Amino acid sequence: MKHIAIGILGAAALGLTATAASAGTLDTVKQKGFIQCGVSTGLAGFSAPDDKGDWQGIDADFCRAVAGAVFGDGTKVKFTPLSAKERFTALQSGEVDILSRNTTWTINRDTALGLNFIGVTYYDGQGFMINAKKLPGVNSALQLSGAAVCVQSGTTTELNLADYFKSNKMEYNPVVFEKLEEVNAAYDAGRCDVYTTDQSGLYGIRLTLGAPADHVVLPEIISKEPLGPAVRQGDDQWYHIVKWTYFALLQAEELGITKANVEEMKASDNPEIKRVLGTEPETKIGTDLGVSNDWVVNIVKAVGNYGEMFERNVGSGSPLKIARGINALWTKGGLQYAPPIR
Amino acid sequence: MASQEILREEPSRASFVNDPKVRSIFFQVLVVVLLGAGVWWIVQNTIDNLARLHIASGFGFLRGRAGFDISDTAIAYSSDSTYGRAIVVGFINTLIVAGAGIVTATLIGFILGIGRLSRNWLIRKICMVYVEIFRNIPPLLVIFFWYSGVLAVLPIPRESINLPFGSFLNQRGFYFPRAVWGDGSWLIFVALLVGIAMAWFVARKARQRQMATGQQFPVFWTSLALVVGLPLLAYALSGFPLTFDFPKQSTFNLTGGFQVKPEFLSLYLALSCYTAAFIAEIVRAGIVGVSKGQTEAAGALGLRPGSILRLVVVPQAMRIIIPPLTSQYLNLTKNSSLAIAIGYPDLTATAGTVLNQTGQAIECVLIMMVVYLVLSLLTSAVMNVVNARMALVER
Repeated sequence: MKHIAIGILGAAALGLTATAASAGTLDTVKQKGFIQCGVSTGLAGFSAPDDKGDWQGIDADFCRAVAGAVFGDGTKVKFTPLSAKERFTALQSGEVDILSRNTTWTINRDTALGLNFIGVTYYDGQGFMINAKKLPGVNSALQLSGAAVCVQSGTTTELNLADYFKSNKMEYNPVVFEKLEEVNAAYDAGRCDVYTTDQSGLYGIRLTLGAPADHVVLPEIISKEPLGPAVRQGDDQWYHIVKWTYFALLQAEELGITKANVEEMKASDNPEIKRVLGTEPETKIGTDLGVSNDWVVNIVKAVGNYGEMFERNVGSGSPLKIARGINALWTKGGLQYAPPIR
Repeated sequence: MASQEILREEPSRASFVNDPKVRSIFFQVLVVVLLGAGVWWIVQNTIDNLARLHIASGFGFLRGRAGFDISDTAIAYSSDSTYGRAIVVGFINTLIVAGAGIVTATLIGFILGIGRLSRNWLIRKICMVYVEIFRNIPPLLVIFFWYSGVLAVLPIPRESINLPFGSFLNQRGFYFPRAVWGDGSWLIFVALLVGIAMAWFVARKARQRQMATGQQFPVFWTSLALVVGLPLLAYALSGFPLTFDFPKQSTFNLTGGFQVKPEFLSLYLALSCYTAAFIAEIVRAGIVGVSKGQTEAAGALGLRPGSILRLVVVPQAMRIIIPPLTSQYLNLTKNSSLAIAIGYPDLTATAGTVLNQTGQAIECVLIMMVVYLVLSLLTSAVMNVVNARMALVER
């Protein structure tokens, strides 16, 4: 009797320690052979499946870049579409290795939720979209008092919306859905007058509506929405790999390394390029990080540099046609800046 | 243990292992220990993992400022209210939709159930088709049917459908004039209460008289006159204090009046229609379950068909109906959590938003589970009391 009880308690304690001391994310990822990447359920330009079912967008490409760094092969990614509500739990519980899902970096998410944001892959701000055909004469968000506003639940958007209407002493009627598709459908059906989310998202969503030309995005930007990928806390190695993948994308753009010229660039005499591409003799930059020394070459081969990724998904090469704006490199007056790779 | 062994005739060693009493105690203790260890392991593992992942825990977050707005609020709520209050708002919304749904589903269900036993072929078949359709469609689809299929195709606010009494119907919902109670309108409510009390008293007296003398009294008409007439009289006496706030067009929506949002409407209609189909079957089974001899005996005593149904069949059928009816009420309450699909802010939706804004997944899910559990147990308790009162009194 007693022995059995002790045996059970012992087994339970063992199970406990076994769960507590889990392996590092890099080892787990290498063992299973792919990165599990949490993306949105479909937001054009950021993460949305194309007609062949392949995930496209900046957020999806970012995961491919990490796969390039880890495996030397950008295709070794599996995508998990997550609603705004599911996303943090999915990352916390280990269901995904990276959350790359147009998610706003806030202090609460960095601390109380146990996440680590690695940087800002897209500087965004919250805006409003209305149907100009149904609401002629409305050209400012300050005229929206009394409107029904469609918004996705559990987002910073929902909070900014409440703050904005409150501080401007306006009334509104929230129409809240859990999934992006539900919000899109309700707005398109006319259930609400206004759609609010990150401005980049509004441009993407507008394309999916029945009559895109009828809808206009109002000029006001009511919040800072720095969107970026996040990883779990407590695994510094994985955090560094993901963070420096992002910096490598920026550094590659700054040095003019593109998907097309990366092989030629390997022969370059420029010491900075040699250091970044790992062609310097006896270099340890890549191996210290936990990946191979040609990791930047692999990243660029997988998705190109940051600029290429931007233009292809949301910029001039995409239907969204969003200008670089504050997302340009610091050398061109933007906010994108990478610490030196050395 | 020793005293037991002395009483036994067999040798003590054999009896200890084979003693059914000892064995049963041993296995019961074993199960309890295993269960306890399992629970302890899960709780410890959770605490340990939360700490390892640096995730905050505890229920202190409920006092924080919510920061988000809710569309349907029965109690005062703004974005400055606490997370705890947001969850309460959601809970009240669940109560409202479940309560309204239960009443409507019961009404429709009883009508359909009795209709399925009608002598009229058309009524019988219409009721059957209704039951077979709604019983065999998942409730979520019924909700979508009402939300996307019926209410979403209504015209935009500018082209609202005008209904009688200054009410409007459009894709933003159903608008009707809101009663504004002026000075002295308390008299009307007092009159209503007095009317109800008097009607109850009259009904009691009439029954006593019928028991004693066999004479009948028109209870229904007297009660109606008391309950409706007295408030009307008070309304006239207090100088017609009741006015109405009519819905009017504004830039975006209709303002003023009372708005029933399409989210509530579709959830309420869907839950009522869906559950009514099951209640209809329960009612039919209950009525069919009353022996035919009862009807014939009542007929032989000279009761009319209406009285037979009211006085003989239904009281006996209720005993068969109430227990399964309880589980339908519980189902309806739990199905109301499907509200999240169409954005009605019920408990699941608001607690889900709180979950996502705070990241306190375990705590929020725990709150939801406990609330639904308590709600269901309370419903069961009430229905058990009703059932006990309806049960056959054996003499």
